[in-house]
Amino acid sequence: MLNYALRRMAFGLLVVFAVTIVLFSVMQLMPGDPIRLVADPSRIPAWRIEELRRSLGLDKPAYIQYFYWLNRLLHGDFGHSIVSGQSVSSLIAARLPYTLLLALGSLVLHYVIAVPLGLFAALRANSRIDRTIVLVVTVLRTLPGFWLGILMMILFAIKLKIFPISGYQGPLSAVLPVLTLTLPALGGTVRLTRSEVLETIREPFVLTAYAKGLPGRTVRVRHILRNALIPVTVMFFLSLPWIVGGSVIIENVFAWPGMGRLLWKAITNQDLPIVQGIIVIIAVLTVISNTIGDIISGVLDPRIRIELEEVGG
Amino acid sequence: MGLVDAQPAAGRPLMQVSDLGVTFQTSRGSVRAVSGVSFEVRESEVFALVGESGCGKSTTALAVMRLVPPPGRIDSGQVVFDGVPLLDLDEDAMARVRGKQISMIFQNPLVALNPVYRSAAQIEEALLLDQIPRDRAWKLAVGVMGDVKIPDAPERALSYPHELSGGMRQRVMTGMMISRSPRLLIADEPTTALDVTIQAQVLELLMDIRRRTKMSIMIITHDFGIVAETADRIAVMYAGGIVEQGGVLEVFEQSGHPYTRLLMRALPRLTKEEGRLETIAGHVPNLVELPSGCTFHPRCPLKRDACLIERPTVREVSPGHFVTCHYPEV
Ligand SMILES: Nc1ncnc2c1ncn2[C@@H]1O[C@H](COP(=O)(O)OP(=O)(O)OP(=O)(O)O)[C@@H](O)[C@H]1O
Ligand SMILES: [Mg+2]
Repeated sequence: MLNYALRRMAFGLLVVFAVTIVLFSVMQLMPGDPIRLVADPSRIPAWRIEELRRSLGLDKPAYIQYFYWLNRLLHGDFGHSIVSGQSVSSLIAARLPYTLLLALGSLVLHYVIAVPLGLFAALRANSRIDRTIVLVVTVLRTLPGFWLGILMMILFAIKLKIFPISGYQGPLSAVLPVLTLTLPALGGTVRLTRSEVLETIREPFVLTAYAKGLPGRTVRVRHILRNALIPVTVMFFLSLPWIVGGSVIIENVFAWPGMGRLLWKAITNQDLPIVQGIIVIIAVLTVISNTIGDIISGVLDPRIRIELEEVGG
Repeated sequence: MGLVDAQPAAGRPLMQVSDLGVTFQTSRGSVRAVSGVSFEVRESEVFALVGESGCGKSTTALAVMRLVPPPGRIDSGQVVFDGVPLLDLDEDAMARVRGKQISMIFQNPLVALNPVYRSAAQIEEALLLDQIPRDRAWKLAVGVMGDVKIPDAPERALSYPHELSGGMRQRVMTGMMISRSPRLLIADEPTTALDVTIQAQVLELLMDIRRRTKMSIMIITHDFGIVAETADRIAVMYAGGIVEQGGVLEVFEQSGHPYTRLLMRALPRLTKEEGRLETIAGHVPNLVELPSGCTFHPRCPLKRDACLIERPTVREVSPGHFVTCHYPEV
């Protein structure tokens, strides 16, 4: 198992490395001279620009520049904001926890709401309650995030005054953004859980579990749910980056001090170093969550573990 | 046992099945998988249920366990086990019967174990139902694996099902199902999915268990060879109903039903791959629309007018030997 986990992590590192190469290449291919971002050639003499170019290492071949850049990234140096001059890493470090709070809150909520709901629907498949659950989550899925967010604000913050309207004023502030982020996405998890449970129920090993005398509750938890949750869990970790992506809009609606809002502002200000830095962080988060998904699926399913150990993935 | 040293079947009845009916509601109509099935299994006997593929053998066994999968429903009859009407029990009480009184080895051992648990853990899970302390349960589970002749049991105990061969999985399953010493073990084609050499070993194991524990075994098979080697009594099923039953000797040597004779002639040993009985003209009737009269009449070489119209009743042609045919040959 340890061997398997180490392999997955090594593979994850490789992916991050590949992402940095792609990102760097894209930056190289972008039109425009990076020097122009810091110096206006119409007002600064050419020899001064050459000197600047040399001091920034821009006269070196691209691959050397890449390693300089990578080295800086590894030391946590993501450059400085063009607009404010603040270091990008400290800007991101200040915002990241808030975004992770939304993502993890959403993860927990998925498990607390969607999994039991999916199980419940599957155990009463094709009954009225099952159809209602599927219908409700399907409708939720079509709701645009910003619209739902504003609706929540009006209802729970302005009318009922249960939760703060926006910004971060303590943990309660997270409730509305987390709900807004989770509700539309719930449908996928409910339906996946439902269909996996329905599939697992038909597995012959479930009959075996009943035949040896286990009571229904035990069969449902230890044999049906336990096996059905493997793909649900993996799917969840694979979709975590999408949740972070989705939080860009939600964070803006709620003026949430997270990375999504930072990204939004940086894009409108054309603050390239911040955009770059956030892309690297999202890539790393994606790889981390995929790796966790892989490791967890290996923990949950001995067949996957062995298969992947054999192909050396 | 069996033909070689058949004893008069005199055991006390352990389980009586009467007028059992199971229907699957499908989009193509109601499939009458089992209709009007009655038989009994006696103490310490081996009772064989034989018949072509699709005639309702597995469904009968699942109905006895009350594990018929949806859209199937038991819609008539009763199963009385040791005086207890099983179809009247609530779900919890029925769960206490399973594994302890009646247990069942399923048709396909390759997929009958949960892939995510170690083999001994799955046996242990059964043992823990009997309030055995955890540390002892694991040792007992490993012991059970030894009992079913799994080599290197302590090591194999830690294996996951996919790391075991088909024969080994069948043994783990058998161990699991006998671990709580049930009084009746139903074995649904326990050897069909296995290699020929392994088949003999698994059969030998079952007979060994029977000798050691005196538990009754209801064996479901296509294979008359297996019936001859193991069974005391036999029931022959056709299109959801039992057409003949009795002591193995009587049924083999004085078969009363034309189907039984054709079946025995067609296949001393029918393997799963061949499936259908090519040598009996015609094929198994559609269970949605059963033929009128005797369900076997479209394929029967001896049919007469009455067979097309009237459903035959059960006749006792000699003591304990029942035939459902208008014109039993005795
Ligand atoms: N889940 C189901 N849905 C619909 N029909 C079913 C279902 N399970 C079984 N049947 C029908 O019930 C009939 C009896 O099936 P069963 O599995 O009991 O046969 P069998 O005698 O065990 O056959 P085999 O020798 O192939 O195992 C078949 O005709 C089958 O089509
Ligand atoms: Mg069967």
